[in-house]
Amino acid sequence: MITLTVNGQQQSFDGEGDMPLLWYLRDILGLTGSKYACGKALCGSCTVHVDGQAVRSCALPMSGLDGASVTTIEGLDARGEHPLQVAWAEHKVPQCGYCQSGQIMQAAALLAANPTPDDRQIDDAMSGVICRCGTYQRIRAAIKSAASAGAGGAA
Amino acid sequence: MRPVKEIGMKLGPLAGPRADSLTAAGTDQDYIRQLSRRDFLKTGGVFVIGVSLGASVLGCGRESAPVAGAPDAAPAAATGPWSPDVFVSFDPDGTVHIISHRSEMGQGIRTGLPAVLADEMEADWARVVVEQATGDAKYGNQNTDGSWSVRGFMQRMREAGATVRQMLEQSAANQWGVDVSECRADLHTVQHTASGRVLDYRDLLAGAAQLPVPAVETLSFKPREQWRYIGKELPIVDLHDMTHGRAHYGADTRLPGMKYAAVARPPVVFGKVKSYNADAALAVAGVEQIVEIPAAVAPANYRALGGLAVIASNSWAALKARDLLSIEWEDGANADYDSAAYKQALLETVRQPGTAQRNEGDVEAALSAAAARVEAEYYAPHLAHAPMEPPAAVASVTADACEIWAPSQDPQSLIPMAEAVTGLKPEQIRVNVTLLGGAFGRKSKCDFVEEAVYLSKQLSAPVLVQWSREDDIRHDYYHAVSAQRLEAGIDAAGAVTAWRHRAAYPSIMSTFDPAVREAAVMETGMGAVNVPYAIPNLRFEVGPADAKVRIGWLRSVCNVFHSFAVNCFSDEIAHARGVDPRDNLLQLLGPDRTIDVAALGLEATENYPFETGRLRHVIELVAGQAGWGRELPPGHGLGIAAQYSFLSYIAAVVEVAVHEDGSWSVPRVDLAIDCGTYVNADRVRAQQEGAVIFGLSLARDSEITAAGGRIVQGNFNDYRVLRIGQTPDTRIHLVPSEAPPSGVGEPGVPPIAPAVANALFAATGKRFRELPLGEKLDLGG
Repeated sequence: MITLTVNGQQQSFDGEGDMPLLWYLRDILGLTGSKYACGKALCGSCTVHVDGQAVRSCALPMSGLDGASVTTIEGLDARGEHPLQVAWAEHKVPQCGYCQSGQIMQAAALLAANPTPDDRQIDDAMSGVICRCGTYQRIRAAIKSAASAGAGGAA
Repeated sequence: MRPVKEIGMKLGPLAGPRADSLTAAGTDQDYIRQLSRRDFLKTGGVFVIGVSLGASVLGCGRESAPVAGAPDAAPAAATGPWSPDVFVSFDPDGTVHIISHRSEMGQGIRTGLPAVLADEMEADWARVVVEQATGDAKYGNQNTDGSWSVRGFMQRMREAGATVRQMLEQSAANQWGVDVSECRADLHTVQHTASGRVLDYRDLLAGAAQLPVPAVETLSFKPREQWRYIGKELPIVDLHDMTHGRAHYGADTRLPGMKYAAVARPPVVFGKVKSYNADAALAVAGVEQIVEIPAAVAPANYRALGGLAVIASNSWAALKARDLLSIEWEDGANADYDSAAYKQALLETVRQPGTAQRNEGDVEAALSAAAARVEAEYYAPHLAHAPMEPPAAVASVTADACEIWAPSQDPQSLIPMAEAVTGLKPEQIRVNVTLLGGAFGRKSKCDFVEEAVYLSKQLSAPVLVQWSREDDIRHDYYHAVSAQRLEAGIDAAGAVTAWRHRAAYPSIMSTFDPAVREAAVMETGMGAVNVPYAIPNLRFEVGPADAKVRIGWLRSVCNVFHSFAVNCFSDEIAHARGVDPRDNLLQLLGPDRTIDVAALGLEATENYPFETGRLRHVIELVAGQAGWGRELPPGHGLGIAAQYSFLSYIAAVVEVAVHEDGSWSVPRVDLAIDCGTYVNADRVRAQQEGAVIFGLSLARDSEITAAGGRIVQGNFNDYRVLRIGQTPDTRIHLVPSEAPPSGVGEPGVPPIAPAVANALFAATGKRFRELPLGEKLDLGG
């Protein structure tokens, strides 16, 4: 039996230990905000936080998550007003929207660790999250906006 | 892409009298809806889209279709909803519901067309709720494809909006006992100018519902200068959901008792299962059974490929067990497909005369007489669409109903498919359209939805079919692989006197008729047969190419490789002539004129003449904005390209930076677009920003190859697309225009790859004529 918290709620899991976190979130808990897109930690659409670190949930087995604290896009901010969510709206970032949960979760981990990233640091941190619609330029701009709004402290 | 004849068609009756507010009880359709409603209530908040659709259908019947010539329906109750048009209805509190009948895949259409309607009816956008249409012919064409949603339906939306506005104005006039000419709609109210009286729309609904719906010919429209939303920058309606994990895509539907399925499909198109062993798969916890899906036979159409489905209690178990199936395949005739050999065959083909689709003057004689000749061959590989959301769909089939939730570009096409699979009648089939997590043409085809419907029928349970990324990359409808050869003749004075272009690539039509071996004019008309150059001797030929995989359309379709060859070759001509590439492009284009596309065997689009002056303008605009000719750091170069596609005019200037080791990057891209009247300036820019990334991906990284009939690539490690670190400083220059609206979603892509290649030439003096260019250039020699 694995016990963990997801978005602040205690959960327990007694399924197959090799099930990746993504499928537990989506198919068992019904938290569909985290997206499947590659299954091999190649694209980042599934990015969530485990103990504050951005991870690719599609390739992270449940067996290693006993005692972990998981945050998904649904739990990023209690009021849904994380500075990145605000900045994403300001810059009208999303097109199809599918990868955007992963983008925001990756960016939130970046700002938590580095409240004022420069362009290179943004690119390095975000390079694992693919957007096929090509919203990258606006992602950069939104991260900078959120950084100047003090997202680091909020994340 | 879609048949040309559909362009600009008039869709459906505007508005008859509103049918009764609730559809007749006891019909099959009602049963389906009630069933759905029950399912929604059990599933809670996850099922956001389903709930809102279901509730609206049941609550007020606003889908009731106006039927031309139908007898007057009973007027709505004073407090009831009012729906004077199939696209719009009101709640008693004045909230207006506007139907989006086009599929949202990132282009912003769920905001754009409803905003047109809202603008024309003087709605307060804050009191508008956008609802996604089910797949239903009453909305007219719903095939969201070919960059024509605004072009095809802007006027229809304005008619619906004007209908509402005029009826509300009349309702106010009647209430006040004044002439309607004294009343004016203004932001969800009607005002009586003389007396200063004002009524909110909610207070006018009951009266309006008593009125006859005005004929289209009697409608008047707001002048352009009074537009509130059109041409402005409304945020998309899904933005908040998308940034909070609440947006609903193809795999996000959850139904009671739903099974999860993953399918092992034949690795070679039209292959089939010979034998299999499922012991290991069935041993996976959560796996329930294996179901065989019948193998597809040619023509491919949109049919499921067949194979073996693993049915499980969650996606992971299904996907894991699917990979544990031990299957012996019977590959069939396409097992001989090898990309390296096929490429050589295509190149051999374009070195031979082909079938002429355009022939002006005497190219052979002009080439012989030329003082100088330029020749070049271009190659571009297959591409996969690779939207971030792989195909996924949910179906629930019972004895007398089929309900589908799918990210479909063409929801109406799912109805005959489901009819054929289930044996049910069309009225027993309901198609809910989720958001599309990207599509780029892939989700026009319903092969993946058919799998869900078939499995649900077999299992008598709801089924979610989840494609893995490998499934997506290896079972696509691929962008065609192509070879092209161009030859030009230049006279002693430096004028281009001859142009011969030969192309060979498998036709999209082969997907529907395997006997087709040559590209259709519908395909070559995307930038090859209609090349707008003023050259006296001009010939375009196609050569045969057999399709060995399913060929489909991908964002900008044949424009992508035609533009690559034509614009790169133009740059080679510039070099041969010793003329600046921008000036050369303008000279090839010649004097401003209208291209007679009908004379080229293409269907002309009414009100959309192909005007070379508009192409010239975007070339001049982008060159100016990009600082064409500016001084650059060492190793940098600028390239230019232009393309007319989807009735829009686009030009791009790309700056590259090449390092000594052959690695290269793109620091900046400028793109100018003239798409006529635009609805949402921000979304036009967003689409072009995305098109630049899409174009750079295919220019630099993306390639699909086959060996033994099997697709070699499988995921983002080997089918690579652009990442954030490779993103240029992208500047979009949008031409203000009052011309009719033309394409936005696709046409930004084609100029990018040739502008990159031309910039690399400017930087290195070396030509790069094959895509993808790769991370590192070969600068030797």
